[in-house]
Amino acid sequence: MTTNTVDPAEIAKFQAMADEWWDPNGKFKPLHHLNPCRLDYITRQIEAEFDRDLTQPSPFSGLRILDIGCGGGLLSEPMARLGADVVGADAADRNLPIARLHAEQSGLTIDYRHTTAEAMAADGEQFDVVLNMEVVEHVADPLAYLTACQQLLKPGGMMICSTLNRTAKSFVFAIVGAEYVMRWLPKGTHEWDKFIKPDELFELLTGAQLSPVDRRGMVLNPVRWEWQLSERDLSVNYVTTSLKPKA
Amino acid sequence: MNDITIIGGGLVGGTMALGLAQNGFSVTIIDAHKKGSQTKRAFDGRSYALAQATIRMFTVLGLWADLHANAQPILQVKASDGRAGQGPAPWHLHFDHDDLGEGPMGFMVEDRFVRLALSNALNTTPNITQTFGHTVTAQDGGVITLDNGTHIQANLIIGCDGRQSSTAQRAGIKRRVTNYHQTALVCAIDHDLPHNGIAHQFFMPEGPLAILPLPGNRSSIVWSDQTDRAKAINDLPDAEYLEFLRPRFGDFLGDISLTGARFTYPLTLTVASEMTAARMALAGDAAQGVHPIAGQGLNLGLRDVATLVEVVTRAKRRGEDFGAADVLQRYADWRSFDRTTLTTATDGFNRLFSNDNALLRPLRDFGMAAVSAAPNLRRAFMREAAGMSGDIPHLLQGKAL
Repeated sequence: MTTNTVDPAEIAKFQAMADEWWDPNGKFKPLHHLNPCRLDYITRQIEAEFDRDLTQPSPFSGLRILDIGCGGGLLSEPMARLGADVVGADAADRNLPIARLHAEQSGLTIDYRHTTAEAMAADGEQFDVVLNMEVVEHVADPLAYLTACQQLLKPGGMMICSTLNRTAKSFVFAIVGAEYVMRWLPKGTHEWDKFIKPDELFELLTGAQLSPVDRRGMVLNPVRWEWQLSERDLSVNYVTTSLKPKA
Repeated sequence: MNDITIIGGGLVGGTMALGLAQNGFSVTIIDAHKKGSQTKRAFDGRSYALAQATIRMFTVLGLWADLHANAQPILQVKASDGRAGQGPAPWHLHFDHDDLGEGPMGFMVEDRFVRLALSNALNTTPNITQTFGHTVTAQDGGVITLDNGTHIQANLIIGCDGRQSSTAQRAGIKRRVTNYHQTALVCAIDHDLPHNGIAHQFFMPEGPLAILPLPGNRSSIVWSDQTDRAKAINDLPDAEYLEFLRPRFGDFLGDISLTGARFTYPLTLTVASEMTAARMALAGDAAQGVHPIAGQGLNLGLRDVATLVEVVTRAKRRGEDFGAADVLQRYADWRSFDRTTLTTATDGFNRLFSNDNALLRPLRDFGMAAVSAAPNLRRAFMREAAGMSGDIPHLLQGKAL
């Protein structure tokens, strides 16, 4: 970052935005609340596939990880903290200064880029792990997008992809509940008819030359008010793991 | 790199450091005491009733192997209402470890053995730095300043500095203090007859009297009285002190004599309004100092330890910033139920039992009889006292993280 040429007023603005992004009780509260559950899934899948041990220091060192749709860096920072070499990509350039500022303040080195999966694939970039969280339901052509993600993986690499199921329950929870009633998310964040059923996602992943190996629901426990992984309930939020065949 | 700074090197702070270091954190302990001042060789009269959950945690942390040989199992607890010279009321509560089905109800261990075991473990565990004889003069967002001007940086500060926690004060956390105007007199006695592992609790009008079995023919005594009277009793020479104790005590253990020193503790309930602040968490008496009526103070503090160690370890392993506000909030949320229940219950328990109100006495006799007659209720009481109810952290279940 070329901090010495940046307008101080701009920095102050980004600082305020970064504080807002990273405030666990602020505008992005639902994402902060979901984050430990997503991280539990991601870290354990990587631990198992790449034979790492999360109880050891820097367990992900030597792994190159891409976080697509990185936003303020809620996933990129934990991956960097675990020792991975992280690239955070976002098609919206609004979030990148926020992410860069926060990473710097956290003492983390993360390569944040204003780019898309397709553009990076065209450049021939490759990663051990691609994190593709809550993005696929927003793209125009899911198969083309997932194919680009597949190209971004090294042979034997792993993609973790989460999205929203297209069920009556997800309509009530994600659209009516989260956007209209609780106002957790801005209205129009989601289009329900673009949501993808797990079997459809597995088909898309297979079509993109990936082998889906796992799927779990992410369920909000109403008593503990905590997101938990579920083997059975994939009716609203769910997350999958797929692998790129080894050469 | 120092991950966590612990302010206060007592039993809670030391156990916290050990639990964190064993889970990959580098820890610095700031202890205001001089090195070695807390690990005297001779018995000084202080001891603890360790709950089963605490024993399980000590086992995982590697402390119990050192302590076991010097610990006295508590096989039964008898609680009854009484007046000096009159003996117990006809109804009493009787808890037997067979009811619990999980071994003894707890163990009595002398303070010196716990401190020694902890000190040995801290000295031999990597990633623990101990700073003795220094106090903290300032703290700000993870950075503390010592009285010699040194700055120590960490991602998280944990205040384990007792009922008057300066760490809490510096963070602007207020406390609610309830003064019972009572003082606990604590001593240890030798007695002629064996105690058979039975702990007694007599609820006297002046305040409760606990007789807790120590190894051999020895018991630890905790008795409470109004502060002015307790002070007067404590000022007496040993022989006269014993003259006050004997009639309350009865003669079921034969002749008694004092061993070790005598201590007094003013009985107050002190609760910090918040358990956490920016990059700071409180544990043990710093978070809540309860009336030591049921021997729950240390056990409660160690439940804070087990919970915080688990919360920050899980956060670290998933790559989170373990000193961040949302992580610390999980600790406060997890502890809130237990903390509220116990502080309220202990307070109510004392108010109900420490008086000679003509109306309350039959009520509590009835309550005791009811609890005693209902095995499920009695088991629930015992499980709570043994720290086994609720959503339990791994360490208290005897599981490593």
